[in-house]
Amino acid sequence: MSGIALRGARAMRLGGPWLALLALVLAAALAFGVGRYPVSLLDVARVLLGRLTGHAPDVAPAVEAVVLQIRGPRIAAAILIGAALSVAGTAFQGLFRNPLVSPDILGASSGAALGAVLGIWLSLGVLAIEGLAFAGGLVAVGCVYGLGAALSGRDPVLVLVLAGVVIGSLLGAGVGLIKYLADPYNQLPAMTFWLLGSLSGTHPSDLLPLAGPVVLGTGLLLLLRWRLDVLSLPDEEARSLGLATGPLRIAVVAAATLVTAASVAAAGIVGWVGLVVPHLARFLVGPGFGRLIPTAALLGAGTLLTIDTLARTVAPVEVPLGILTAFVGTPVFLWLLARAERDWS
Amino acid sequence: MILLDAYDLAFGYPGREIGRGLSVQLAAGEALALLGPNGGGKTTLLKTLLGLLPARAGTIRVEGRPLADLTARERARAMAYVPQAAASAFAFTARAVVLMGRTSRTGLLSAPSRADHAAADAALARMGIAHLAERPVTRLSGGERQLVLVARALAQEPRIVVLDEPTASLDFGNQGRVMAEILRLRADGLGLLFTTHDPNQAARHADRALLLRGGSALAAGPVAEVLDAASLSRLYGAPVEAVRDPESGAQAFLPGG
Repeated sequence: MSGIALRGARAMRLGGPWLALLALVLAAALAFGVGRYPVSLLDVARVLLGRLTGHAPDVAPAVEAVVLQIRGPRIAAAILIGAALSVAGTAFQGLFRNPLVSPDILGASSGAALGAVLGIWLSLGVLAIEGLAFAGGLVAVGCVYGLGAALSGRDPVLVLVLAGVVIGSLLGAGVGLIKYLADPYNQLPAMTFWLLGSLSGTHPSDLLPLAGPVVLGTGLLLLLRWRLDVLSLPDEEARSLGLATGPLRIAVVAAATLVTAASVAAAGIVGWVGLVVPHLARFLVGPGFGRLIPTAALLGAGTLLTIDTLARTVAPVEVPLGILTAFVGTPVFLWLLARAERDWS
Repeated sequence: MILLDAYDLAFGYPGREIGRGLSVQLAAGEALALLGPNGGGKTTLLKTLLGLLPARAGTIRVEGRPLADLTARERARAMAYVPQAAASAFAFTARAVVLMGRTSRTGLLSAPSRADHAAADAALARMGIAHLAERPVTRLSGGERQLVLVARALAQEPRIVVLDEPTASLDFGNQGRVMAEILRLRADGLGLLFTTHDPNQAARHADRALLLRGGSALAAGPVAEVLDAASLSRLYGAPVEAVRDPESGAQAFLPGG
């Protein structure tokens, strides 16, 4: 590699997080402005400033309602979920030394999905459904982790991944069974739409149950980020460098699962973001987790926000988020695979 | 000064003991070579001495303190491990890899400090690879990657460096170059322990050798005393021929014969 290319890579490493922040700000401005009811950026700024300072903004009440009651919560949810899934994906990829894993690998997403469809099937309230999704995710990860620990031979990391695949397919069968048993007129459509992923129903009161676990889990991963480089080494090598890998692994897995479960409970299964965004961030700032984790958070927030804005504007009806992320994510991922293969081998 | 002292050691995995009754000593400023056939327990012994595997019996002392009493952090400050250079999952730069050597000297939540960066740069310079600092390790040659791992070990500021077949995947020229760089560390009072497949490497570079077969020591002592055709034939269970240059007195071993 030439000296100029190396200096370019270094400049990119330092400037990458700011680039990701800029992208997020632009995505937020776009998300507030466009939609069925267009709002000028000036009005958005007036409403938000008024909210912060406590003065009544000088705009139409409809504009204020759109910004604060409809788009605001939805934008906040997209930012939280995008950041959470991306940080969780980045942490999982490091932990498993595998650039191809995502929050789904430990059964976190499918466990949360099973919990939620169970709640819908039992006709429980929204909070109970969220709680079940949450519990499902944690139980699934507990099962995977327990199974991995019980079977771990010489390669605990690989055994853990395989346990995740096995438990994940079992949970998928559970979701299928409940869908089969569900009332096909009321419950089945609700389950199906929720599983496809959507932020369309986000209410201001939904934000707290989402933000609590997301801020907690993402915050923990941000704090531990400088140790994730070493944690991505083979276990014995990491221990020989002085890291107590056992407790640290559990902390990282718990934090990443927590944010995944909270995201699934709020918006259903939003695939691909947790897999693709860590790669985009890695191209921007390199593989060092110290810079990678915050960049992935910002980039993930901007990405999911942009995709959600597309979801509500590209067609007369709302497009499910999971479908859009798959349409956008698959080609991007294939491109990444073709471009970066040599770095992984 | 004895840095590492293992006495009457039994080592292995739960339900599978590999060696028993082994004693190993490593002094400051000396290089000890561990020789033996595949499956003879070399790597298991290294991991036990590093505290990565619990000893099944016996005592291990590091600078006089029982190894079992040390935390992972304290162990890493005393002993560094250079594993066989494996492919990295992520394209970390050489500097980033060497910075990982500072883990035991950095807080759990802290970013590497200026002092950590300085120590990493010094370690890179000491191994003569400062020019590789910004290169991704995935694009380095096997020999360069091995030197990066040795630099990472130096960044730990240890007293003991344990190397698992440091030249296994290197070409002939690099084998000599890498070993020469590694052995220069003796001058700073570091104790070096390395495994090797090549008796000539042990004879040329080590002060003492331990011949390990079936988990127990066949012979141990200064290389000039323990390395000869007869002991090596017994060690590997195959004929070994010694050839000597009459002028320099240098000796080399050839397999077969």
